[in-house]
Amino acid sequence: MILNQVLFYFFALLAVGSAILMVTRRNIIHGAVFLISTLLATAGIFLQLQAEFLFVVQIILYVGGIMVLFVFVIMLVNLDVALRQIQFNRQKYLAAVLALVLAAQVGFALWVARAGLNLSNPSDKMPARNTEAIGDAIFQRYMLPFEIASVLLLVAMIGAVVMAKRRV
Amino acid sequence: MTNGHTTEVTTTVLGADEIILNMGPQHPSTHGVLRVKLKLDGERVVDSECIIGYLHRGVEKIAEHRSYQQFAPYVDRMDYVAAVSNGLGYCEAVEKLLGTEAPPRAKVVRTILTELQRIASHLLWLGTHALDIGALTPVFYCFREREEILKVFEKYCGARLTTHAFRIGGLQYETYDGFEEDVKRFCHDFEHRVDEYETLLTENRIWVGRTKGVGVISAEDCIALGVTGPVLRASGLKWDLRKAMPYAAYDQYEFEIPTRPTGDTYDRYIVRMEEMRQSRRICLQAVENIPSGPILGKVGKVLKPPPGEVYHSIEAPKGELGYYIVSDGTTQPYRVRVRPPSFINLQAFRKMAQGALVADVVAIIGTIDIVLGEVDR
Amino acid sequence: MGHLIPSSIAPYVLPVVYAVVIVAVLPLLAGYIVLLERKVMADMQARLGPMRVGPHGLLQPIADALKLLIKEDIIPANADKLMFWLAPLVSVTMALLAYAALPIGPSFQIADLNVGLLFILGISSLGIYGIVLGGWASNSHYSLLGALRSAAQLVSYETAAGLGLVSALLLAGSLSMKEIVQAQYDQGTWFIFSVPVGFFIYMVGSIAETNRAPFDLPEAESELVAGYMTEYSGFRWSLYFLAEYANMIIVAGIATTLFLGGWLRPFARWHDHFPGTSLEFFDVIPSLVFLAAAAYCFYLAPKQPVQIQKAVMAAFGGACLLLAGAMAAALLASPEVMAGVHGAFWFMAKVVAYLYAFLWFRFTFPRYRFDQLMRLGWRFLIPLALVNVISIGIAIVLKQSLGWIPFWAMLVMNIVTLGVAAWLATEGDKPEAALQTADTES
Repeated sequence: MILNQVLFYFFALLAVGSAILMVTRRNIIHGAVFLISTLLATAGIFLQLQAEFLFVVQIILYVGGIMVLFVFVIMLVNLDVALRQIQFNRQKYLAAVLALVLAAQVGFALWVARAGLNLSNPSDKMPARNTEAIGDAIFQRYMLPFEIASVLLLVAMIGAVVMAKRRV
Repeated sequence: MTNGHTTEVTTTVLGADEIILNMGPQHPSTHGVLRVKLKLDGERVVDSECIIGYLHRGVEKIAEHRSYQQFAPYVDRMDYVAAVSNGLGYCEAVEKLLGTEAPPRAKVVRTILTELQRIASHLLWLGTHALDIGALTPVFYCFREREEILKVFEKYCGARLTTHAFRIGGLQYETYDGFEEDVKRFCHDFEHRVDEYETLLTENRIWVGRTKGVGVISAEDCIALGVTGPVLRASGLKWDLRKAMPYAAYDQYEFEIPTRPTGDTYDRYIVRMEEMRQSRRICLQAVENIPSGPILGKVGKVLKPPPGEVYHSIEAPKGELGYYIVSDGTTQPYRVRVRPPSFINLQAFRKMAQGALVADVVAIIGTIDIVLGEVDR
Repeated sequence: MGHLIPSSIAPYVLPVVYAVVIVAVLPLLAGYIVLLERKVMADMQARLGPMRVGPHGLLQPIADALKLLIKEDIIPANADKLMFWLAPLVSVTMALLAYAALPIGPSFQIADLNVGLLFILGISSLGIYGIVLGGWASNSHYSLLGALRSAAQLVSYETAAGLGLVSALLLAGSLSMKEIVQAQYDQGTWFIFSVPVGFFIYMVGSIAETNRAPFDLPEAESELVAGYMTEYSGFRWSLYFLAEYANMIIVAGIATTLFLGGWLRPFARWHDHFPGTSLEFFDVIPSLVFLAAAAYCFYLAPKQPVQIQKAVMAAFGGACLLLAGAMAAALLASPEVMAGVHGAFWFMAKVVAYLYAFLWFRFTFPRYRFDQLMRLGWRFLIPLALVNVISIGIAIVLKQSLGWIPFWAMLVMNIVTLGVAAWLATEGDKPEAALQTADTES
């Protein structure tokens, strides 16, 4: 129980901290690395909620696929533009005021609902074997949307290959 | 640890424009101190330039200040991988200048040692070429065989690499006791060993994929550039000085001249493997009956060839090795000009590398079989 | 002992102990696999390998580790310090993290995840970041290109390897590593015999994933482009090195679990006792192996030239004797203990056999050129893997719905897949010339 809470706060802190670091870095590769750690921390929270399939898929797809793509593009295109730019523009005071207003609204909402904020035990809601349950759902009940989604992905892949091939 | 790279990039976006890539002079695969400048368009080589001279020692100038016998050890240091061939070419050239010939026994022993040296040179070529392409094992097997040959040389003349085995007029040393047995035993073992190397490489898909179609040069281009040796024979032309203008004792023996049609790296590999087999054949025939008799002709202690000039060439393992010697009647030659096969063959690199991928450049340098000592002298 | 540990942390004690054991033993194991590689390399190249440091080089890994630790730590002047520090760390962390789901015996597993196989695959694929960030941090044009190439190679062959695994998963029916081994026990056959093509695809894919020859172009010294490891020296380099060998052990572990029966001994369901005892033939093999090793050590010990080498060799012999004794004692203990100890032995034996194949390939084959490598991955291996998955699916349908005997269903579909493989292999040779001319035209 206590371990559960400690781990949750650890992952949450990691996620929020990495997110803040990500948006404040000048070096874009550093930003990408902090995005990776945010996604990994989120995956940890998924695992805590006993959604192990989502945990693994987050790692394989988001961190191992999408972020690799981001990092490749950054490295190939050599974006060091941000290093030379001025990071804050003239509307910074207005933006700060708006951010404070938004923070106050969110804080108020959390304060009002504070009684309902506790770490619930997810075990009764989650099916014991995630992967099988998802597999059953995808291949039996939601077969058609699944096939449409895969055709969409196939079209995107073919389009990308065709466009890249023409340039070579 | 950047291996002497300097790059000049025309834009900051990678791969879009022409880049000049410098390879060497310190590089594990240039077989010596060779600098190659490649002009790349993405992955393909558009043009190339070989910059040599890092090993220039002024051998030809030195020859003008040495007597003919004193210069003989210097020629070994040119193609240091196949020193015995260099010595053969030089001694025969001077003998031609003097108008004498080595006695028959000396000629036969010279032939045996030169053919053994040809096998040793091709073995070193095979080992290093395979190593460049990534096969880590053949180099050790090749060096194991080369050891046997070098042991024969050591027992014969005391040195393994820069042998100075021959003298002007014949040989200095008699063959040692057991020379024929050693050569026969080597030739007998070698037959299976060559087949071993072939099983590792010849039919291997990866080897074939890395060497077929890489570095093609046609026979016309070879002739136009003056390229000789296995490179020429792999492009289809059956030209070997041992048959065309026989020297030493080659006219007494039966052997084939292997040729291949296409002129790519794979063909050069097959040609050199086959040449090793033919050299073994020559050695076996020669060692069967070495004629008895003197080993050194009557040439006198002080050599003063009559004024004149001579050009004599032999078929060294790498190609036509020629010596153009001008004598002015004194004990020191007026001019010695060496026609090194590696220097002339290296010209083929530009033609072969055009259109090749960067990863193939290493294979192409290896397949021409150059020794920088010979290229630069 | 059980009542000394409060129940709130009791479930975590054993996994933590396993984790500590793995993290402690792994560098040593990786070091000895390097020694094995050097000895096997030497054997194939007609020479001896390390012989001086310790008898027959047995203490070489310790010397190498010490040397790497005391080397000067050089950071290139314009390198990105955070990335330079982070890259080897990422490599090693991901390599070690994958061990969390690897079962080395029926009870020796840190976490029996429901999605264990996917977890290991996902974590291994994160090792790409170590390579890519390392290349970036080197601040060199060509280091970066080499790193990106290596990453592209990894990604391509991961796809193929994963698809190769799917064919075995179809037979196993679960992603949990324990259940996969259990399925092989239940079906009475290792999956390598049911899906040999899948094993082949996985093996080729795993060689490319770990950057081993013949797919080691990004690491080769004789190529023009400097690799991602160029600027790393000393301890940082040893981290990369450890990550590479840890990765090799992981892929060997996955192959063992999926295809070679995991911790099952050969003929696990044969109960053929020696008359009068309860010993089975294959159960005495672990002790016999270690006894033979001990005997060999003691035989070699007096022949060592130096006194201390004699002592070390005798010590190794003693260690082998102890292990033989442990294996034999396990026979007499309770079934779980015996399954655990012998299971670990068989698992490690299979992993070592798989790694020996890796070493064998490295010293036999030349290197593929990068474009040939990618062509092989995308035009041969992935289509073959897809066809393999479909054919195994058909075989399962034949087995379940049409009632064919499993043996014949598998055999027929495997032959079909092999035919497709032969066609793909020959079709791959022809268009290479056509492609080159097409490139020069456009």
